[in-house]
Amino acid sequence: MNKTVNNKAWWLVLPVFLMVAFNALVPLMTVVNYSIQETFGNNEFFWSGTTWFEQILHDDQFHASLKRQIIFTGLILLIEIPLGLAIALCMPRKGPWVSVCLVLVALPLLVPWNVVGSMWNIMALPDIGLLGKGINALGIHYNYTRQPISAWFTVVLMDVWHWTSLVVLLCYAGLVAIPDAYYQAAKVDGAKPWAVFRYIQLPKLKHVLTIAILLRFMDSFMIYTEVIVLTGGGPGSTTKFLSIDLVQKALGGFDLGPAAAFSIVYFLIILFLSWLFYTLMMREEAK
Amino acid sequence: MAEIRLENLRHSYVANPQHEEDYALKRLSITWQDGGAYALLGPSGCGKTTLLNLISGLLTPTEGRILFDGRDVSHASPEARNIAQVFQFPVIYDTMTVFDNLAFPLRNRNVPEDEIKIRVAEIADMLELTKTLHKRASGLTADGKQKISLGRGLVRPDVNVIMFDEPLTVIDPHLKWQLRSKLKELHLRTKRTMIYVTHDQTEALTFADQVVVMNLGEVVQSGTPIELFERPQHTFVGHFIGSPGMNVLPCELRGGQAFFAESPVPAANIGQARIAGRTELGIRPEFVSIAEAGIPAEVVRVADAGRYRIVETRSHGHTIKLLLKEGGEVPSGHTFLSFDPAHTQVYEDGWMAGAHR
Repeated sequence: MNKTVNNKAWWLVLPVFLMVAFNALVPLMTVVNYSIQETFGNNEFFWSGTTWFEQILHDDQFHASLKRQIIFTGLILLIEIPLGLAIALCMPRKGPWVSVCLVLVALPLLVPWNVVGSMWNIMALPDIGLLGKGINALGIHYNYTRQPISAWFTVVLMDVWHWTSLVVLLCYAGLVAIPDAYYQAAKVDGAKPWAVFRYIQLPKLKHVLTIAILLRFMDSFMIYTEVIVLTGGGPGSTTKFLSIDLVQKALGGFDLGPAAAFSIVYFLIILFLSWLFYTLMMREEAK
Repeated sequence: MAEIRLENLRHSYVANPQHEEDYALKRLSITWQDGGAYALLGPSGCGKTTLLNLISGLLTPTEGRILFDGRDVSHASPEARNIAQVFQFPVIYDTMTVFDNLAFPLRNRNVPEDEIKIRVAEIADMLELTKTLHKRASGLTADGKQKISLGRGLVRPDVNVIMFDEPLTVIDPHLKWQLRSKLKELHLRTKRTMIYVTHDQTEALTFADQVVVMNLGEVVQSGTPIELFERPQHTFVGHFIGSPGMNVLPCELRGGQAFFAESPVPAANIGQARIAGRTELGIRPEFVSIAEAGIPAEVVRVADAGRYRIVETRSHGHTIKLLLKEGGEVPSGHTFLSFDPAHTQVYEDGWMAGAHR
């Protein structure tokens, strides 16, 4: 039988292709373009090979902000994941308080990034802010615009306030989905609360926790707005994370070549670490 | 091991029950002998699972007492009651191996590890799980998982009762038979009290020595499979057990005689009838036969059910079914029916005349 050759169907894919091209491929290729060429304006480009990449990979500033970024992301994951899980475990499963709790928990997620930054900026001011003044009143010297430790404390606290809710909601959804029979069987088997958590709740939450960790990792690794509004990367450059460093390079210095190389390295780090997290957490599944 | 006595037990899911309808389980008193195989049979929503959860301690009764060997456990936790329960959907601990799953109830009770090894090996052998003992439980099929649930119920040597809440629901039909005979065999070997909840009469009648039939939150009849078949205490039992169910026909009582559509019908318990309320005759299709004379009827349909035929007839606007042995002559058109007097019963308001209530 002769097969009719008709490739007209490819046209149906065109709109999607164009959309993907304009929102992903074209911008990405522009960045790639800048990262391997040198330009002095007038749309004139000169081949520069891997120069910018080498420069970025040997750049002390990049190393410093990458280190800060890893410490920050590590810290907030260590705080937000267990805290979110703990809050979800304490929330009621049924009754009128369920919706009250859910709304209260979801509120921080509804606040725009820059507003979160401004809120904490004002609240943490040592002379007029509730938090800042309160801490100083306890006798602790606190000033987030001057002391790196105060600044870090504020940035981490702000992120925990803003994003723990996401972990709570994901874990809560996972917990509610566990059938009652599991808890009943555990009671009959004489399991203590810790065993219920360790052998029923935690395994059943594995998938939502993986998602929560991945989302929190990616978001916190790209954090920009809240920090720029709160501390602007300071004092000095003690809270200058990767995205702040990148923006300063690209827009502040107009070093488009190194900035483009920076972006690509940044992107690859996120991609690699996400893959690593995912593979590690799903390793058991494959067995 | 214990004798389980339920005294005037009532349960309601409503906080402040006012009416009889508020009770998911109406007042009941029943005794389960030590070592018996019982089935709780009834349609969905009749209160079987409620009763089961009351015995296991997952629910606390609104009224009444639960006694294990005379000891009041009405408010004790499931752990304190030392019972085992197998649920409708297999419950396994995903991250553990089959061995750890089976050992879990023992480890929670701090049984020494040497003893655990012996017990688990024994149970795994009974359930044919020995080969998969060191595999992860999450990788097993549905029936394998349900076997683990059964195993966790059997592994403790001292449980007072093992309860099964429709444990074969998610099992493939061809494996149902296998697991069911396994259960029966386990009962004979372990002599543990077992209560088996189901809405499937075949499961109940093959598993249990004593079947408790429930409907609308109350126990309708408790008896051996034969008793339920031959002397259903309520028309509901007659309908629910047997395939096809019992024929129930309206009747009139006059002068110590029952009449269906003006034809006299002799009944076994006519002496106990008190001519009060709605009266009915109950006769199983097995005890109806075609006769030369008797109750006139019209043959409507004949269905082949393998070893016998189901003949559906109509008489004075009522359907009467009867069974014919394979090979018998197939009737058609106008005919007469006769009822076996020894198996024809009079019912008053649904209950068998003279029944103990």
